[in-house]
Amino acid sequence: MITNATELIKQAQKKGVKIWEIILEEEVTQTGIQAKKLRKKMKKHLDVMEKSAQKTIKKPVKTLGGIIGAEAKKLTDYRKKELSICGDTINLLMARAFSTSEVNASMGKICAAPTAGSSGILPAVIITAAEVLEANEEDKINALFTAAGIGRIIATHATISGAEGGCQAECGSAASMGAGAVVEMAGGTPEKVFHAGAIALKNIMGLICDPVAGLVESPCAKRNASGAVNAFISAEQALAGIQSVISFDEVVEAMNFVGKAIPYEFRETALGGIAATDTAKEITKRIFTTPSS
Amino acid sequence: MENYGIFDILGPIMIGPSSSHTAGAARIGKVARYIAGPKIKSARFHLYGSFSKTYRGHGTDKALVAGVLGMEPSDDRLANSLGLAKDLGIYIEFLPFDIPTGHPNTVKVEIENENGNITFVTGSSIGGGAIVITDVNGYQINFTDEYPTIMITHKDKRGMISRISSILSTNEINIAKMSVSRKTKGDVASMTIETDSLITPELTKILGQVEDVLSIRVINPVREEL
Repeated sequence: MITNATELIKQAQKKGVKIWEIILEEEVTQTGIQAKKLRKKMKKHLDVMEKSAQKTIKKPVKTLGGIIGAEAKKLTDYRKKELSICGDTINLLMARAFSTSEVNASMGKICAAPTAGSSGILPAVIITAAEVLEANEEDKINALFTAAGIGRIIATHATISGAEGGCQAECGSAASMGAGAVVEMAGGTPEKVFHAGAIALKNIMGLICDPVAGLVESPCAKRNASGAVNAFISAEQALAGIQSVISFDEVVEAMNFVGKAIPYEFRETALGGIAATDTAKEITKRIFTTPSS
Repeated sequence: MENYGIFDILGPIMIGPSSSHTAGAARIGKVARYIAGPKIKSARFHLYGSFSKTYRGHGTDKALVAGVLGMEPSDDRLANSLGLAKDLGIYIEFLPFDIPTGHPNTVKVEIENENGNITFVTGSSIGGGAIVITDVNGYQINFTDEYPTIMITHKDKRGMISRISSILSTNEINIAKMSVSRKTKGDVASMTIETDSLITPELTKILGQVEDVLSIRVINPVREEL
């Protein structure tokens, strides 16, 4: 099984195939399950993603901590009434990322990609890119296989967990997965897939995990929204031929060392960053002294 | 996890908010239920590390109970598992201990069946929805709910391992991982074997009848049918 970008790019070029084709083929040999069934399973994951990315755009939900709520709807109403500075695509992209984050924080159904905390990024990126590129369902499923392949390299050589490597590892991985997947969906070469992935990781290198009250609400939902945007801008740069000076594999290695160097106060323990502010402490007290619903 | 499958990275489908605090907790609860057996009367959850601090905020309490009720981490009813348990007359109790353990997200599930039998299952949620069961009734094991697993307690005697493994090989069962542990020499030992193929009830019975085997439990990971 290939678990580094350099080798994956070489294989794709040698065989003249897309990254997703290699990833799917490897999964068939690893699991002994036919490609048709693996695609059917990925379709189920895509369905869950499409529902969660849509769910709270019209109807907000109450989250466990009550810290966030209605962000997706606020962005959508703003787009409809005002002149959007970012443009409809980016506004929609953020609204979808918030939607899944809100569903996740209210004990709704999501698809961890690669984790629940970063689960808002990939659905928003894949669905919005497919609309822009007029890609069909098969293209979206292919893109998810590419995204998973990118995520696997990061998980193998670094980490995708905020508790182990900070938000850079969790939302950074999701953004990197999304960036590479979008490049391939847009017809980009295997090299460009990993230039995009490397750029996305570099954009947020060192980002700490400092969740208020240790929950997956603030700043997590907003980092999902910015993670989705990070994926889009990194993909566009790569598609335009802009290259990452440092190879994807080396950026992942660097991200791993940075993650290990991040003090534990900034790795999902809620002891540092914004989680340690007075307001965050008040919120924490409010949530954990009231009896569970 | 040594090598990740694609759906380890892009999945699981789950009820939020956290892969480790919710999905992983539900999975530990489900394995504990499987080990304890049917007709559950009560379940106590000894919570350690960050499980003990943020268990309500992350829905860890609801997820653990959902697992003990047999739900998957993706079950829509997970969020109201506490109410369901009450309706079923199952007594639930959470005991947070602010003392660090090996892994930050650790719980010891104490289940009492209607026949009074009590089972202790200790597990940790190690991230991304993955779990490891480290202890069952005082016996150290290493079960990751990835592979079909056979847990045998037996008299600590020579030849036990070869007797068991020869039965497996004649039944064309390949061993993926194996660990053996004991409390005191010459007394009782435990053997945990992870295999590549499912273990049938018939094979479980055969293994259970091997001389000097004291108890046997088989867990086949519950996989979504593809």
